[in-house]
Amino acid sequence: MSETVIPNDRPSRWSRMWNSNMGYSFRRNPVAVVSMIVFLMIAFAAFLAPVIAPYDPYDPANIDIMNSEYPPIWVDGALPEFMLGTDDQGRDLWSTILYGTRLSLLIGICAVALQAFLGISIGLIAGYVGGRLDSLLMRLADIQLSFSTLMVAIIFLAVTQAMFGSDTFNRYAVVFLIAVIGVAEWPQYARTVRATVLAEKKKEYVDSARVLGFGPLRIMVRHILPNSLSPIFVISTVQVANAIISEASLSFLGLGMPPSQPSLGSLISSGFDYIFSGSWWITAIPGVVLVVLVLVINLLGDWMRDVLNPKLYKG
Amino acid sequence: MFAYLAKRVIQAIAVMFVISLIAFAIQGNLGDPLRELVGQSVSEEVRQQLRDELGLNDSFVTQYLRFAGNALQGDLGTSYFFKEPALDVILKKLPATLELVFGATLIIIGFSVPLGVYTAIKPDTIISRIIMGLSIVGISIPVFLTAILMIFVFSVEYGWLPSYGRGDTVHVWGYWETNFATADGWTHIILPSFALASIMLPLFVRLIRAEMMEVLQSEYVKYAKAKGIKPWRIYFVHALKNTLLPVITVGGVQIGTMVAYTILTETVFQWPGMGFMFLEAVNRVDTPLIVAYLIVVGFIFVVTNTVVDLIYGLVNPTVNIARMGA
Repeated sequence: MSETVIPNDRPSRWSRMWNSNMGYSFRRNPVAVVSMIVFLMIAFAAFLAPVIAPYDPYDPANIDIMNSEYPPIWVDGALPEFMLGTDDQGRDLWSTILYGTRLSLLIGICAVALQAFLGISIGLIAGYVGGRLDSLLMRLADIQLSFSTLMVAIIFLAVTQAMFGSDTFNRYAVVFLIAVIGVAEWPQYARTVRATVLAEKKKEYVDSARVLGFGPLRIMVRHILPNSLSPIFVISTVQVANAIISEASLSFLGLGMPPSQPSLGSLISSGFDYIFSGSWWITAIPGVVLVVLVLVINLLGDWMRDVLNPKLYKG
Repeated sequence: MFAYLAKRVIQAIAVMFVISLIAFAIQGNLGDPLRELVGQSVSEEVRQQLRDELGLNDSFVTQYLRFAGNALQGDLGTSYFFKEPALDVILKKLPATLELVFGATLIIIGFSVPLGVYTAIKPDTIISRIIMGLSIVGISIPVFLTAILMIFVFSVEYGWLPSYGRGDTVHVWGYWETNFATADGWTHIILPSFALASIMLPLFVRLIRAEMMEVLQSEYVKYAKAKGIKPWRIYFVHALKNTLLPVITVGGVQIGTMVAYTILTETVFQWPGMGFMFLEAVNRVDTPLIVAYLIVVGFIFVVTNTVVDLIYGLVNPTVNIARMGA
C-alpha cells in the first residue's frame, strides 16, 4: 500500500498575499508603505509600552511634582533623564505618551470591533431577512446616523459621569468610552453590509447553499459574509481613525480618560492649561503623535479604498 | 408627496418622543430636587410632605405626562445654578453658538466650492495634489487641536487675534447680540469659526470633488462640450448645479454635527455659547439645564434632518418614490 504524497507546493499564506493584487499595489505605493511602517512602529511602541517606557506613569512612587514642566532635551533648562520633558504633574512625557497611545489605540480598536460586531450582525439580518424587519432596522439606522456620534457620546458620558460621580466613572472610563463609541456608529457597518448582502443574496451560490439544506445562519455567516469583506475592511480603517479622534475629543472635554491615567486626548487637555505659560510641549508632542497616528491610518484607508472598492467612495 | 411628508413628520415626532423619554429618565435619576430646594436640614416628615406636594411620589406615567405637558409649553424646569428658567438660559446662549456655526458655514462654502471644483477639473496638477493631501491631513487633526494650534500661533506667538470670549457685541433683538457689528467682535469670531470649519472643510472639498468628477463623466456634459459651450459655463452652471444636490443633503445633516463640535471649539475659546454652558452645567450637576439642553439639541437635530429630507424629496423625485415604497 503506497501512501499518496500530496506535494505541498501551495505557496504560503504570506507569499500569496505578497503576490496578490493588493500586495502588488501596496509595493508600488510609497505612501501606503511608509504609512504602514509608521503605523506598525507606533503600534509596537505603544503595546510594548511597559517594556520601552523608562518610567511607569501610573505609579505615584515614580512621580515627583518637583520634576514638573521640564522641557524636552533640545530646549534649554532640560534634564537629561527626561527625553521629551515632563508634564504638569512631573511625569516623564515620553513614558506617558507611550502609555497614552496604547490606551488610545486600544479604545479605538475595541470600539470599532464592537461597531463591526453590532453593525455586521444587524446588516446581515436586515439584508437577508428583508421585509418589515429590514425597513424597521434601516429606519433606526437612519435615525441613529442623523445624530452625530460626538453629540450622543458627550451627552451619554456627561450624564453617566454626573450620575455615578467621577471616582466610579474614572475607574470604568475605558469601558464607557468603548461602549458609547461602539454603539453610536453601528449604522455605518449595517448599511454597507446590508447593501452587499442584497446584491449577494441574488447570486446562485446562495441558492445552491439553500438547496443543500443549510440554515440561514450558516448561509449568512459562512457564505455571504466572506463575500462582503472588502467594504468592511475599508470602513474599518476609517472608523478606527474616527474612533481615536472621538476618544481624544471626549477625553479633552474631561469626559473620557482621567488625568491620572491619561490617553493622548487627556494629556493634550492637561497641557492646554499650561500653554499660555510657555510649556507648549505637554500639548504639542502628544498632539503630533495623535495626528500622525490618525493620519497614517487614514492614508492606509484611502489606499485600501482605491484598491479594493473604488466604487464605494462617496464623501 | 403628502404621504411622504406625513411619514417624515410622524417619524420626527416619534424621535422627539423618545428623546423626551430619555430626558425624563435623566431628570428622575440625576440628583435630588428636594435637596436642591431645601438642603439637608429638613426632617423626614416635611420631606415626605414636600415630595407629595411636588408630585415626586406619583406614578411614572403621571410624572412623565406632567413633564411632557410642561415641556410643550416651553417650561423645562428652573436651572439650579442660574435660578432662571432653563429654556431662557439656553436661549440666551443660543445666538452665540448660532453665529459661530454661521461663521464656520460661510468659511466652508467659500472655500470648499472653488477648491472642490478645481481639484475635480484638474485632478493631476500639483496644486490639486497638494489640496487633496492637505485635506487628508485636515481630516486627521481633531478640531480641538486645530483650535489650540491657532491660539498658540495667532494669540500667544504673534498676538494678532484674541484667544477667548466674544469681545464687543451689539444688541440686535431679544436675546440676540451679534459679533458681526464691531471690529472687535469680528476679531473674536475669526479664530473660533476657522477652527470649527477646519473639521468639515476637507470633507466637503472631497465630497464636491467626487460628485463633480462623476458629473463630468456624464453624457450631458459631453454633449454640452460637443455643442461648444464655454468650459467655465459647463463647469459652474451645468455641472455644479447637479453636484450640489448631494452636497446640500450632506451639508444639512452636518449642520447638526457642527452643533456637537461647537462644544469643543467653545470650550477651547471659552466662547459663551450653549456648548460651553452645557459642560459647566454637567460639572455643577445642574439637572434641569442638562435636560433642557438635551431637548433643545435633539429638537435642532430632528428639525434639520426632517427639513433636509423633505427638501431632498421635493428636489429629487426618484428618491421620493423609492422611500415611499420602503
